[in-house]
Amino acid sequence: MSSRASIAATRFGIGLSPGHQAPDGAAALLGELAGPDHAAARFPVAPLADRLAAAARHRALSDGQAMGMGDASAMLRAANRDLRAHNLHEQGLCIARAAFGPQGFRERLALFWANHFATRATENRLAGLSIAHADGAIRPHLAGDFAMLLRAAVLHPAMLHYLDQHRSAGPNSRAGRDRRMGLNENLGRELLELHTLGADGSYTQQDVREMALLLTGASLALPEGFVFDPDLAEPGPRSLLGRRYGGAQPDPGALLAALDDLAHHPDTARHVTRKLARHFLGPEPVPELESHLAAVFLQQRGALLPVYAALLEHPAAWAPERRAVRPPFDFIAAALRALDPPPEAVTALGPREFVAYVDGPLRLMGQPFHEPPGPAGFPDTPAHWISPPGLAARIQWAMAIPRVLAGQPDPRDFVTAALGDLADPETVMAARAAETRWEGVGLVLAAPAFHRR
Amino acid sequence: MTRTDRASHATHPSRRSMLGGTLALGCSLAASPLLTPITMAATPGEARLVVIVLRGAMDGLDLLRPVGAPELRRLRPRLGRADDADMLDDFHALHARLRGLRPMWQEGALGFVQAVSTPYRHRRSHFDGQDLLEAGTGEDVAPELRRSGWLNRALGRMSGVTAHTAFAVGRDEMRILEGPAPASRWTPGLRLDLSPQSQLLLERLYAGDPLFAGAADTALRLADGRAGLGYGAMLRMATRSAEEAAGSADDTAIAAYVARRLTEETRIAAFSLPGWDTHRDQHQTINRALGRLETTLLTLRSGLGPAWRHTAVLAMTEFGRTVRENGSGGTDHGTASALVFAGGALRGGRVHGDWPGLAESALFDDRDLMPTRDVRAHAAWLLNARFGLSRAELESTIFPGLEMGPESTILT
Repeated sequence: MSSRASIAATRFGIGLSPGHQAPDGAAALLGELAGPDHAAARFPVAPLADRLAAAARHRALSDGQAMGMGDASAMLRAANRDLRAHNLHEQGLCIARAAFGPQGFRERLALFWANHFATRATENRLAGLSIAHADGAIRPHLAGDFAMLLRAAVLHPAMLHYLDQHRSAGPNSRAGRDRRMGLNENLGRELLELHTLGADGSYTQQDVREMALLLTGASLALPEGFVFDPDLAEPGPRSLLGRRYGGAQPDPGALLAALDDLAHHPDTARHVTRKLARHFLGPEPVPELESHLAAVFLQQRGALLPVYAALLEHPAAWAPERRAVRPPFDFIAAALRALDPPPEAVTALGPREFVAYVDGPLRLMGQPFHEPPGPAGFPDTPAHWISPPGLAARIQWAMAIPRVLAGQPDPRDFVTAALGDLADPETVMAARAAETRWEGVGLVLAAPAFHRR
Repeated sequence: MTRTDRASHATHPSRRSMLGGTLALGCSLAASPLLTPITMAATPGEARLVVIVLRGAMDGLDLLRPVGAPELRRLRPRLGRADDADMLDDFHALHARLRGLRPMWQEGALGFVQAVSTPYRHRRSHFDGQDLLEAGTGEDVAPELRRSGWLNRALGRMSGVTAHTAFAVGRDEMRILEGPAPASRWTPGLRLDLSPQSQLLLERLYAGDPLFAGAADTALRLADGRAGLGYGAMLRMATRSAEEAAGSADDTAIAAYVARRLTEETRIAAFSLPGWDTHRDQHQTINRALGRLETTLLTLRSGLGPAWRHTAVLAMTEFGRTVRENGSGGTDHGTASALVFAGGALRGGRVHGDWPGLAESALFDDRDLMPTRDVRAHAAWLLNARFGLSRAELESTIFPGLEMGPESTILT
């Protein structure tokens, strides 16, 4: 029979571990969000300003190369090599936060919101901005207000660049009148469809356009990052979802007001809480839970802690049947957490080894790190992940990794460390019946019981 | 949204075929750039159908440029030029990147239907739009993966059908292997062959969970280093850098594979070509997708040989793009686009369909090309004429709500 602690650690955390006490219920999980972000402090990544400065230097080198400056090509190659090594190292830090951090629920929420506000670098020099986005826009706000999270996530340089906001200008702005630039709807549309109201929300094409016009002015510069450029901003008041924003003069305050209203919209409450519930409990809807969460979200004006509390206090949250499946990143983090090697086993890997052990396997499992297929993020359903090639890649990683990490445990102990009282008789039997120690550990990691949560 | 998707790579055809039963085709897998499912079905007879989903909303007005429309240059200062396109007739020009398809047009094996769309309107979301087009995966995929798509429903109505799915896996290089290949190692000293005991224990473990049971058979075969492409090779392909992959002629691989299968027992095949979501700098960003389409059609023709004359290729997209260029030299989500078709079994060498015009009053929502016909009607007439499906089942089950209207002129 599954205990509350095992469910708390697997369904709402990264997983069980011999090195960490499992939280014993809702209060302990919520408690994780009250204090400081220990994992971020222990495994720090580069600040956004450093990222932007590096991107600016990279651009200068590119320009130099284009102008035929002698050393620029060699310097650019070196810069690309360094950037790739640095990004792989930080990917390792991200895995380490999840695998070895003490606050599993915080890690899960960080991953959920980073996928909700998915970004992806479309230029090499900006690769790694998505790490800064998850670190600087998502993590500090995941236990606060949705409105603040929305502002931070949408106006971050990673998002502005990914969805072409830096290429958008109001048709009647100074830049628009000079015919240098015009309106680009990409961010405006995804903001309504994906980030807030949802594809079935009550907005029209006209609202998409008004949102895009409200966003004009918000832009990206190197190395400054977010800038509000009045030359790009469409003058005049805008009307979005029946409300008026701004006046004759360009005003970033109008955009913030519109974002805040979107954050508090009933469609947003429904869309966001439905995603949250299905992320943790699996894709089958629990209608009364979903409507309850939406009501709490609205009542609390988008304060996220009460929403999480309502989810955790609901009986459906503790149902013994485990319907959700760990995405590949979570699977690898959970396996590392259960194997409990020193964190340096991950964070000190060189680029080549890291690609072989983590980055490459994530690609084969269908979740290349911070390369979602589109702004909707990775699909959040068990069936998406457990495809024939996806499962094959999980099996291969599970059967290989115990041989890579030194000090493999006895499979009969490992099945308890990894699954606790969630271990089913078949998995216990398989761990015992394997021919070698590493195969036994591998079988536990490959078993459905380890992928379900 | 699939703007940076790249071609995918080594595939592992799953050989399991089943007779009858529910032939269900899902779609969610196709969203990943690393997993490209290719659906194949064997049906009696010689007629062949290839459905290509152009994922990301293909700009029909760029591919098939209505340069005879007086408004075009005003609406599209950069994209509406006639000098980087080749005239097809006195009104339409073909995008210059598709110049290699001109012989196909001249021999009547390439054609277009202008101003078509799915019934999907107003919201212009890729995912919803693609669902209406979806062809998906075969019946060897776990039940939870399946979503009913039109091709799936059509296969379910045909007799004597076997269907299955192959998966392309990887990045930047497409290699499709069938049959045994040498065992590979992940890293030196690490064999990834599963021992018979592990294999047996895994089979038992997966049998107990329906989600895993549906994928386990194929997965265990893929996971074993002795069969197909080994893990080490897959890993190398998946992690190749863009520079390493540059210049490889991988785009032909899916088409060559599909063509070969179509000369064997396969009669219906479906896959997708991503990369059409051109929100900025479209005069550059659309070229890669156009190039892949050109390569795909040319490869299909040469690979099919004599069977080309029995073949119908339909390349459809979820919706079109705005008639006006946006502020970044790209286009945003719109409504009507063009249907691209090819093959000796269809009446190419001409542009079909009614032209709605580009005058302000003729636009849909004051921004998009107005659809003049449901793109599904052409697919329906083809299924009716070549695969014997009745009009009643086409309008009720396969394309619910469709009115097929007069016979499609793309059928010879």
